Amino acid sequence: MASTETARPMRWYEKLAHPGQFLVWSAYLIWPLALASAAFFVWGLWLALFASPDDYQMGATVRIMYIHVPNAWLSQLVYGIMAVAAIGTLVWRHPMSDVTMKAAAPLGAVFTTMALFTGALWGRPTWGTFWEWDGRMTSTLILLFIYLGLIALWAAFEDKLRAAKLVAILTLVGAINIPVIKFSVDWWNTLHQPSSVFVAGGPKMPMSILMPLFVMLFAFTFLFALLQILMMRTEIVSRRISTLERRMAMEPAA
Amino acid sequence: MTPFNAIIRRDIRLAIAAGGDLLTLLLFFILVGALMPFAVGPDKALLARIAPGITWVAALLALLLALDRLFKTDAEDGSLRAFRNAAVSMETIVIAKLVAFWLSVMLPLLVAVPVHALLLGMNLETLARMMLALLAGSPGLLALGAIGAAVTVSLRRGGLIAPVLILPLAVPILIFGIGAVAPPPAPGADRAAMLFLTAISLVLVAIAPFAAGLALRMSED
Repeated sequence: MASTETARPMRWYEKLAHPGQFLVWSAYLIWPLALASAAFFVWGLWLALFASPDDYQMGATVRIMYIHVPNAWLSQLVYGIMAVAAIGTLVWRHPMSDVTMKAAAPLGAVFTTMALFTGALWGRPTWGTFWEWDGRMTSTLILLFIYLGLIALWAAFEDKLRAAKLVAILTLVGAINIPVIKFSVDWWNTLHQPSSVFVAGGPKMPMSILMPLFVMLFAFTFLFALLQILMMRTEIVSRRISTLERRMAMEPAA
Repeated sequence: MTPFNAIIRRDIRLAIAAGGDLLTLLLFFILVGALMPFAVGPDKALLARIAPGITWVAALLALLLALDRLFKTDAEDGSLRAFRNAAVSMETIVIAKLVAFWLSVMLPLLVAVPVHALLLGMNLETLARMMLALLAGSPGLLALGAIGAAVTVSLRRGGLIAPVLILPLAVPILIFGIGAVAPPPAPGADRAAMLFLTAISLVLVAIAPFAAGLALRMSED
């Protein structure tokens, strides 16, 4: 497209999505995001560990929540981002959507693992067991398996362009299925395990607990944005390198 | 004969021609059921309680094994390329292939369920419910399998990746499939499970031709 004679300056949203321009403008975001994330982590951890009260039932273990909830929130947000990017890949065939999907999958898997791990650590003192086939835990575990399957699918293809489209199809099928999985697991769980153990649920938490939670949510979300941008930049550069390598391999023959 | 019917006939004839494969698959399905008593002990009451679960898992495993045949053979012998250039849409072809696959693979499995019932001590009522649940759920399982098989059709090691992609998505079918058979923990739960199972199955069957068709068009080599 750039080769047409009536080349006009790029509009701002085109700059946003052009891989080369992305490398330029995202470079300015790395340090601010890193600093914001670090600042929120320091503030949030101080609030979570020192400046917030113990729960009247769970004691100090309630502080695990400040790590657990942000990870659980990101495990779902990242899948949402991947699903939107998958639409971009299939409808507009935009290379940046491919890169977004590819970069987000391992991050989503890590956040989901962290959510499960901290959940298990929290479950041991409060419920007396590391693992319970509770509705939320079960659907989070299945979400982790979906992430891992998508990563395996990415890794199985040598041709990344084709991989992106096929992974996108499966990401969307997964996106349709995730609410169904969540619903079915809840249905299964309420039948087999009538009493829910969650005590501190709902918006009735006092401000002293909500505040560190929000700060930690911001800290983890900034961290995700930072890692996502770094992974995308790495992916773009590694694609350029492999294109160059292919071109150099072609040249001696000509 | 319309292309749709022609593809169904072709696939069923191919499946019958490779009849040994089908018998091996049936044997596998029965063996998984027969192996379970060795894994959990020959306690009749326990076996009867977990029998529906065993049969569902055996059906799922058998389907995963058979899936390799769904699109892979067509990709290997070049039929898939012909399908891509055919006058009928890829979605139509996928539906035809799914109908043929269900008739030639899932239906024989359904017929073998009474053997499971005998080995695992299901009573007659459970057997009837089990067959009904499989009848309702197997098209949905097959639809998921078709999406997984289509996405991995151009991979040499696709046979390993497809199950990993399909199994997590099959959880709702398994939950409601067993809910429809097992003794209901709450009154009416089995009926609700049966309806949900049918609904999920229908939705998946509606999605699969488009998702699998798109994947097959895009995995052109």
